[in-house]
Amino acid sequence: MDFATLIQLLDSSIRLATPLLLACLAGLYSERAGIFDIGLEGKILISAFFSASVAYSTGNVWMGLLAGIVSSMVFALIHGVASITFRGNQLISGVAINFLASGVTVVVSDSWFSLGGRTPQLEGSGRFQNITLPFAEQLQGVPFLGPIYHDLISGHSILVYAAFLIVPLTWWLLYRTRFGLRLRAVGENPAAVDTAGISVVRMRYSAVLICGVLCGIAGAYLSTSLSAGFVREMSAGRGFIALAALIFSKWRPWYALMACLLFGLLDATGSLFQNIELLGISVPVQFMQALPYILTVVILAGFVGKAIPPRAGGEPYVKER
Amino acid sequence: MDKMPKWADIALIPFINLVLALVVSGLVVLYIGESPWEAMSVMVRGSIGSAYGWGYTLYYATNFIFTGLAVAVAFHARMFNIGGEGQAAIGGLGVAIVCLSVPWPHWTIALLAATAGAAAFGAAWAAIPAYLQAKRGSHIVITTIMFNFIASALLVYLLVNVFRVPGSMAPETARFADPTHLPNAYDMAPWLGFSRSTPLNVSFLVALAACVGVWLLIWRTRLGYEIRAYGHSQTAAVYAGINPLRIIMISMLISGGLSGLLAINSVMGEAERLVIDPVQGAGFVGIAVALMGRSHPVGVFLAALLFGMLYQGGAELEFEMPSVSREMLLVIQALVIMFTGALDNMVRMPVERIFLRLRKGG
Repeated sequence: MDFATLIQLLDSSIRLATPLLLACLAGLYSERAGIFDIGLEGKILISAFFSASVAYSTGNVWMGLLAGIVSSMVFALIHGVASITFRGNQLISGVAINFLASGVTVVVSDSWFSLGGRTPQLEGSGRFQNITLPFAEQLQGVPFLGPIYHDLISGHSILVYAAFLIVPLTWWLLYRTRFGLRLRAVGENPAAVDTAGISVVRMRYSAVLICGVLCGIAGAYLSTSLSAGFVREMSAGRGFIALAALIFSKWRPWYALMACLLFGLLDATGSLFQNIELLGISVPVQFMQALPYILTVVILAGFVGKAIPPRAGGEPYVKER
Repeated sequence: MDKMPKWADIALIPFINLVLALVVSGLVVLYIGESPWEAMSVMVRGSIGSAYGWGYTLYYATNFIFTGLAVAVAFHARMFNIGGEGQAAIGGLGVAIVCLSVPWPHWTIALLAATAGAAAFGAAWAAIPAYLQAKRGSHIVITTIMFNFIASALLVYLLVNVFRVPGSMAPETARFADPTHLPNAYDMAPWLGFSRSTPLNVSFLVALAACVGVWLLIWRTRLGYEIRAYGHSQTAAVYAGINPLRIIMISMLISGGLSGLLAINSVMGEAERLVIDPVQGAGFVGIAVALMGRSHPVGVFLAALLFGMLYQGGAELEFEMPSVSREMLLVIQALVIMFTGALDNMVRMPVERIFLRLRKGG
């Protein structure tokens, strides 16, 4: 593999890792607060649809992003009402959210656009444009570092940079603020948090809503930046890969970044090369697609370090009466 | 201690949940600009108004009975088997291998062998998540989700590289030989008015037998008692000498086997070859079916029938009301899962209060 191909592969990994990263961090907030969320996929999908539709009808991609975030937050709120207020089963609620998104996006897009579950192509200001970082053009000629800066680091949409900035932000919020301490505590031992006079319900709702915002950005990125419009089922299991990445990273922000980059790299390798020769054996592309899931099972099995979820995860909190 | 009579728990609350789901779905139809009443009547007429409709309704119901029972058995041991989709797909692989490898003389023997193959492959696909849950404490929901994706990748690989008919582009196996053709409703009961191509086949009877079998297993055997005890209270069950590893493994193997059985209906009975997605979401419908049916075989049967009507009715709806797409049934399905599964307390708490007040008054 030559240098240019390598740069191309890494560049495409970054693009493909971005939605995973956003969704993974979204899940991180929710699960750290004790609310399991297997509805990441559905929230990405609903946001991808509303972002693309609103960006198309207003011609303004920022309005699209806003619509996507709002729609994803509405879904997050449904999940919150079911799992926090009515103490329902969080996994079942997540399953329902995923189906609701698959159904609603196609039904409504058929009704609005009659394009068989798609939105019209987005053009110009309806999409996030790629940003050229300062001096990228001038430095392009510099050997080795020039192409890395020009082709790999520069030239992504603003959402990619935002996603990578959210990683340190999340770390800081979780480990260096009072809010983060309470958020983590509420996922480990809600009764203790309650005793300290902090509302468990409010903490969990805020976590679920943050999760909605981040999934919303992930969906908007899919339909207005990575591609130019919405296609049915365009989230294509990314919500579940993000969930896998979350477990793989053991619910920690920096590791989440690395897990998502790894899974993005696998995805990019699978789409760039049809056949991969490794040590003389040709690896089928389907194996590359299944690898994130296989790795997650291995991690879950505890053969390579143990992934221990937040202790109160999945359990509704009942105040003693 | 019971806050309300049993009939309210097993009939009234699911009914209210269903009505709520249908009302919200009706609002979506209204938003699109169609009449919910008309949509509803098209769906009912399309699904049970003719022998043609019944043929499809019961065919879908057969799939959903298998996956619904699968989820229900796991629920009894308080496990959430979300991997029906993958287990059924691998069950399809078992059916294909059985049907393609031996020149079966008659469909009855082929059906027995295929049933064993489907159940064995489905159970095998559930075995690894079950073992990891029992031995290593890996969350079964997450592992079964992951195994769904692994199954679909595996199936694509095998269909493209191993089973594909040479010279053909389609990623599917060869058509199964004629003697493995399962009699459909037309072959068995032509006087009922089924058409020659109806997908409803003898697997429906296998599904009914599975309902009876699960009922016997859960409520009439020692093993069933142990499964229920374990699901009710794990510590009490362990104290009573029940081995958790054994219960988790056995209930998940049964669950996976039941999911795998779907393949005798859709792969052997209908398609007569293994295609790239033989399950088509039925594994997930099983979750809704088990929730609505309160994990009881009779409830599962009725809920599967209801979802069969929804699926066939949804297909008819697309013909008669082109502005309502087929995915409307995904919306209905999602709302049923949401209201019966996750928002159950929203209905249960006020109903309980009403019954308490009635009891005080009376």
